[in-house]
Amino acid sequence: MRMIGRLCFVNCAVAVGVAIGASAAAQDRPTAFTGAKIIPIEGDEIENGTLLIAGGKITAVGPASDVNVPEGADKVDAAGKVIMPGLICTHSHIGGMRAGSGAADGSGPIQPGVRIMDAIDVHDAGFKRAVAGGLTTLNIMPGSGHLMSGQTIYVKLRLEDPKPRKIDDFFILDGDGKMMGGLKMANGTNSMRDPPFPGSRGKSAFLVREQYLKAREYNDKVSRAGGDAAKLPPRDLHLEALVEAMQGKRMVHHHTHRHDDIMTVLRLSAEFGFPVVLHHVSDGWKVAEEIAAAKAPCSVIVIDSPGGKLEARYSRFETGAILEKAGVLVAFHTDDYITDSRVFRRSAALAVRAGMSRAGALKALTLAGAQMLGLEQRIGSLKAGKDADFCILQGDPLSVYCQTQQTWVDGRKVFDRANPQDRLYAVGGFGAGNPQTPYLCCYDEASGGGEQ
Amino acid sequence: MSAKLQSPRLCRGVEMMMAGALSLALVTTLPGSVAMAQVAVRGKTVHTMAGPPIANGMVVIQDGKISAIGVADQIAVPQGFRVLEAAVVTPGLIDTHGTVGFSGILNQPHDQDQLERSAPIQPELRAIDGFNAQEDLIEWIRSFGVTTVHTGHAPGELISGQTLIAKTGGRTVADAVIVEARAVAATLGAAAQKTENKSPGTRGKAIAMLRAELIKAREYLDKQKRAADAGDKGEPPPRDLRLETLGRVLQGELPLMITTQRSQDIASALRLAKEFEIKIWLDGADEAFLLIDEIKAAGVPVLIHPTMTRAFAEHENLSMETASKLVAAGIPVASQSGFESYVPKTRVVLFEAAVAAANGLSFEQALRTITIDAARILGIDGRVGSLEVGKDGDLALYDGDPFEYTTHCVGTIIEGRIVSETPR
Repeated sequence: MRMIGRLCFVNCAVAVGVAIGASAAAQDRPTAFTGAKIIPIEGDEIENGTLLIAGGKITAVGPASDVNVPEGADKVDAAGKVIMPGLICTHSHIGGMRAGSGAADGSGPIQPGVRIMDAIDVHDAGFKRAVAGGLTTLNIMPGSGHLMSGQTIYVKLRLEDPKPRKIDDFFILDGDGKMMGGLKMANGTNSMRDPPFPGSRGKSAFLVREQYLKAREYNDKVSRAGGDAAKLPPRDLHLEALVEAMQGKRMVHHHTHRHDDIMTVLRLSAEFGFPVVLHHVSDGWKVAEEIAAAKAPCSVIVIDSPGGKLEARYSRFETGAILEKAGVLVAFHTDDYITDSRVFRRSAALAVRAGMSRAGALKALTLAGAQMLGLEQRIGSLKAGKDADFCILQGDPLSVYCQTQQTWVDGRKVFDRANPQDRLYAVGGFGAGNPQTPYLCCYDEASGGGEQ
Repeated sequence: MSAKLQSPRLCRGVEMMMAGALSLALVTTLPGSVAMAQVAVRGKTVHTMAGPPIANGMVVIQDGKISAIGVADQIAVPQGFRVLEAAVVTPGLIDTHGTVGFSGILNQPHDQDQLERSAPIQPELRAIDGFNAQEDLIEWIRSFGVTTVHTGHAPGELISGQTLIAKTGGRTVADAVIVEARAVAATLGAAAQKTENKSPGTRGKAIAMLRAELIKAREYLDKQKRAADAGDKGEPPPRDLRLETLGRVLQGELPLMITTQRSQDIASALRLAKEFEIKIWLDGADEAFLLIDEIKAAGVPVLIHPTMTRAFAEHENLSMETASKLVAAGIPVASQSGFESYVPKTRVVLFEAAVAAANGLSFEQALRTITIDAARILGIDGRVGSLEVGKDGDLALYDGDPFEYTTHCVGTIIEGRIVSETPR
């Protein structure tokens, strides 16, 4: 048994090596997608456009007549198709929802030092479904049952061969090589529970203010230490995260529904200077002017009916349109599992149904989300120099009949509806809900999996 | 705003010609005894579901019923009728299984009447005693063209209670309900299982409990029959509301609507139906695609799960293509909004059928699952589900393909009453 396993391991290791080499070469060679209608998000829609990518980046995009396709480039005929940037979901829970997963636990309402990245299963089938919906970047959030439930993580769905094995494979790194993410906060009823959780809105805000004041003092101590290790306060992961938020290095992603709760978030943001994206904003349409005045972006959820919880009683399809008209930066999110990533484009389409502009709604699936994650220089539109993250559709993105045919991340194809396994995740079926089979060609029961 | 202020029942008594404040004023003073609203609808495309679509069609509704339908220039609209226009006209949509009117919009204990948790088997709970005809979510689904809904006790207990069929425009239960008891709701699978040594704690125990209860009901019927046969000397058993209801199931009067996902539970449901020779409807039936031959042979209709049901836990294997596979096999299929415990508190059956239309069903087939095929399964096709002379004047009006996300429902008409006119 053991020998069989070992033998297999050796052969397959060779095969894996070859595969990596091949895809790396493919990634480096320029690829031109021709004949498609291109929706670049920044700029007008282009009929008969060419998208040229190389080395994981977009090198050119424009009308066929304007784009020089270099000799030796791979060519993909995309006539009759639509190409748009990979969709960006500013609020997802994929991979972090299993029992025992999540970030903060039930021990208290304020746990900003806890990270969701430590709880994510990259083999969750939800990731496969997300790329089937054309998504390429997610902000994975801890839940909303705490005032501060922990740090979020921005991920790219690099599901190409070799398969991701760990969350690190999904990281988006900043200029200092640090993984990027925000801070999840919540107010309203979700975080009001039995002690030690707050029982009222007043107490909720008090606890948050108290914590930010502590973080401010902590930061003052750090500053006063002037690099002298002996004078530094003991390191506090919770307060560190809040300091990062107040310094603008960590975006606060704030769950908030009711109009008064939204105003509370804006008030706290102004008091402590942390940048904030308002999430869900069921009542956002009631205080659109105030949100616009505060220049707070909104990440909106579109659900099939109002209610289901008291705070969502007045949620409307019109929220996106009303915020857009008020001048607010609007993105949508799936809140997956609340809505399914495979039908994410539907959120934008229903917003258009209720009066939002087509351009605004498409931007709300892409570039607006990138802006909210501080990634607008790298993703969110089809533009030379940006990451080659895009999806190929067989119809108009706002149509119910439109299927995602391919999804590409960093110049690699991560979903192809023509592939039966990928298609299974796109439409569902037996086995589609299970976690991905662990990647390793030699894994089998005979070898006990011990040869990995 | 009128939808909230106007009582639909009273509104029925006012000619739709009179609009705005005048009609509102009259509504408040007139009892519901005057003539029905008289209305006609012209559609660029009219999907009658009783034949091919009619281009430039006209539907005339008189006294709540369809009095004429055909090509517009061949139909004489009586004088004084209000004429509405729309790009696409369909029969009022039918949701074959929701819980609106029971599971209220706020999702607080006081507005949740869909599930009584005090015992696992309570078929005696009537739906008419729990239905809130003015619940906000009924108004919500109505604004997308849904005019009829099969609703009632929800999945979550082995037998949770009865269901009813209602129109979505009623003011009271009596106003709204068209079938007081339509089915008995049952659940097989994890959703009905209990913990902490309560029953049913397993699948085996669940089926044993159901069988035992059905056997009791059969004995009850036998006693009743023996008493009737004995004439004056006969002594009928004391009335037992629970066994009476299950007796109606055994007599084929009420189907057992069995909500279940896993193929093993679907197989159990079919076995139960065979043993007791009862009618069942499979509800949800995520893994029905694994048992197509068996379901077809049993002649059992499927109220297929909402297409966009979240794929996790017992739903992990569901497919958006199941409806198309079942339809292709010739199994009666209808769409539903299902039961939702959280957000959204109700789905909209139009949207679920739309996604099925994007996943294998043709436009026509998908529309059938929320009109005529739904009506046939529910047994109300003599009244609703297609646009034919003599049927209820229930119509849905759209400014484009009803399934497209960006299309609006521009009007909903129930028995000749315009219950929704704001584009949504």
